[in-house]
Amino acid sequence: MTSLDKRPGEPDGRGAIEISGLRKSFGTNEVLRGIDFRVGPGEVVCVIGPSGSGKSTLLRCVNLLEEPTSGSVNVVGVDVTDPDADIDAVRRRIGMVFQSFNLFPHLTALGNVMIAQRKVLKRDKAEAGRIARENLERVGLADKIGSYPAQLSGGQQQRVAIARALAMGPEVMLFDEPTSALDPELVGDVLGVMRGLAEQGMTMLVVTHEMSFAREVADRVVFMDAGAVVEEGPPARVIDDPSHERTRTFLSRVLDPAAARVGEGE
Amino acid sequence: MTAEQMKTAAPGGLSRRRRRQLSLGGQYGLFIVVVVLVIVLADWSTLQRNFANWDVAKGLFPEVITVGLRNTAVYTAVGFGLGLGGGLLIALMRLSSVPPYRAFATAYIEIFRGLPLLLIFIFVGVGVPLAFPGTNIPGGAVGQAGLSLGLAAAAYMAETIRAGIVAVPKGQMEAARSLGMSYPRAMWSIIIPQAFRIIIPPLTNQLVLLCKDSSLVLFLGITLEERELTKFGRDLAGQVGNTTPIIVAGICYLLITIPLSLLARRLEARQREAR
Repeated sequence: MTSLDKRPGEPDGRGAIEISGLRKSFGTNEVLRGIDFRVGPGEVVCVIGPSGSGKSTLLRCVNLLEEPTSGSVNVVGVDVTDPDADIDAVRRRIGMVFQSFNLFPHLTALGNVMIAQRKVLKRDKAEAGRIARENLERVGLADKIGSYPAQLSGGQQQRVAIARALAMGPEVMLFDEPTSALDPELVGDVLGVMRGLAEQGMTMLVVTHEMSFAREVADRVVFMDAGAVVEEGPPARVIDDPSHERTRTFLSRVLDPAAARVGEGE
Repeated sequence: MTAEQMKTAAPGGLSRRRRRQLSLGGQYGLFIVVVVLVIVLADWSTLQRNFANWDVAKGLFPEVITVGLRNTAVYTAVGFGLGLGGGLLIALMRLSSVPPYRAFATAYIEIFRGLPLLLIFIFVGVGVPLAFPGTNIPGGAVGQAGLSLGLAAAAYMAETIRAGIVAVPKGQMEAARSLGMSYPRAMWSIIIPQAFRIIIPPLTNQLVLLCKDSSLVLFLGITLEERELTKFGRDLAGQVGNTTPIIVAGICYLLITIPLSLLARRLEARQREAR
């Protein structure tokens, strides 16, 4: 949909994520029970699974919005669980997109994309403005730079949020159910932007319920249930020919909502 | 219920509507009688001479504005500024993860909300110079009144500001931190601007309260040039043996407080709509 040409000198978007033995408990509730997996440079990995399976918590452990109870998370070459790691410096290199957008409502679209460039990367106003415009154009919102979040549709807000993350020149992008809060007709634009990023070689870890997106774009799909990875592999195998019963049950409900309703009625 | 049923159900043969009409009619009648009696029986010329004496009123200008109103505004502004700065600091301490900060903030808020403002004025104006002879609060009456008002206002505003900060959705801090902002940076650039937007109406009400409370400077020893509206009105009422200066001072207060209250109400209504 939009051109995603890379500019020279930009971080190459090819950081890697390595998670090993990751556990996370909230009180006595163990949400992650020992997760191991790797996202290689330029890879797109989609995490699927029923709600409450720990997918979002896993993602939030990668940029330390949640502190892992044990295990290690290595992102862009830094072990974020190391107490001496400069977490602010690591987060600058990791883009995060939230289910609820979390745009700053007191700033315009342009202001949203500029503020962290100005305050964190200390770019001057002209440069931050130029990069912000480029990234808003990249997500197809060149005509909305002066709009406040409340004046934008959900799909537009989410694309501003993606531009906001991209303007920092991230090496890895994390997406936490980026289309789950959107009306169905607005999902396509957001997925289109994400598809473009993937084609461009960005390392992406995506928690999603969009099976067609996972099937088309992901290099690998990870199915999680009850805080553990049940199976992982290429989408053609995990989505179309799952080897575990739990994966099959989940997929039949997601891919055929009518069956899901019958199932819930039991 | 149909009208027919209502008539039969009502005791004493009167319908509900009829009874309400009679009751309202009685109230209006009584009200009009009282108003007419006051108008007829009041000694208007005496009242006018004592409360709304034009010659006395004219003699108050321009000092009631250039000294009285001006000083009221200055004391209020300084008190509000100190209260806002102190309140923000205490609110952040109250939200801190460091227990001693939280304890200090809680103690401060409880103490200064629990004391009469007059006692704080006397403490600052009389107690401090008494305890440390030769020391003076910088800024004379402005410093003393501003500090007294600010000490108390900081306690009230801290609670308001804290509520505003807590009302900003958690995702805002997460989004800011995810972009690499430090906690203080995220607070200052993202959370506090939104919090203040939420609390502008209560802060406006706080300004109205401070404007009125600045009258407590009356109890400090202040010079003629430092008099604000209340002291000015009282002094001149004593000098001319007439109540008009107090009325004029009161009108001056209302000129500030009523527009501010209306503004606060309008801002509140606009915020409700925006939600």
